Amino acid sequence: MNLDMIEQVFPANVEEVPVVVEHVSGLAELAGVHPKRIMHLELAVEEAVMNICSYAYEKPPGTVTVRVSSEDDRLTVQLIDEGVPFDPLSLEEPDIKAALEDRKIGGLGVLLIRRVMDEVHYQRKDGLNILTMAMLMNQQPEQ
Amino acid sequence: MLKISERKQGDILVLGLEGRLDASTSSTLETRLSGSIASGQIKIVLDFSSLDYISSAGLRVLLMGAKRTKNASGKLALAGLKSHVREVFDIAGFSSILSIFSSPDEATNSF
Repeated sequence: MNLDMIEQVFPANVEEVPVVVEHVSGLAELAGVHPKRIMHLELAVEEAVMNICSYAYEKPPGTVTVRVSSEDDRLTVQLIDEGVPFDPLSLEEPDIKAALEDRKIGGLGVLLIRRVMDEVHYQRKDGLNILTMAMLMNQQPEQ
Repeated sequence: MLKISERKQGDILVLGLEGRLDASTSSTLETRLSGSIASGQIKIVLDFSSLDYISSAGLRVLLMGAKRTKNASGKLALAGLKSHVREVFDIAGFSSILSIFSSPDEATNSF
């Protein structure tokens, strides 16, 4: 079913991340997202919200506004914060071919977001960071 | 939610993980692993058969565990990954740097 845009504001702190994930996951189920893709969505939301909680606010906690909507086969999640300008997509992708000793964990979250979602883009507008992530509900992302 | 069960097989510690290894639960595993490794337990198998979800927070702990056990001439082996957990490993390029086995028995036999 199509979901009109549902907006909810959460405190941007790490303890709140599972709550946000569950919120989005519940709406996605309602919209009819395939179970396997729900896991992808949970992963993308967790990684993106963790980034906001960790980096967005110089004086934490701020807030993260979560917007979920769906139309036909497409589910869209927007995460909005009022923190310092930060485009997670500008981060360099980690070297996933490095040996164990040289492997770094930084940037892995964003890599996962890019791979499991079908579309991701960032916008800085009116003092807000807006991350938009979309998926086709019943298809696998292209690897 | 993450439940960790524990058993010893010879000098190998087998930790069974049940639930989700994510931002809110990964510190539980981190504490357990760090404590074990610090006390000289450097042969460890993580049984993922009942693990339903992993995020980069979980991957970070595994990376730490693999590095520390290796530095001490031990090993961290993983077993029984579900396909969607395996998918996250593949995307992150972890499948090639960690020792992954299909079953806990196979993992314990690898030491």
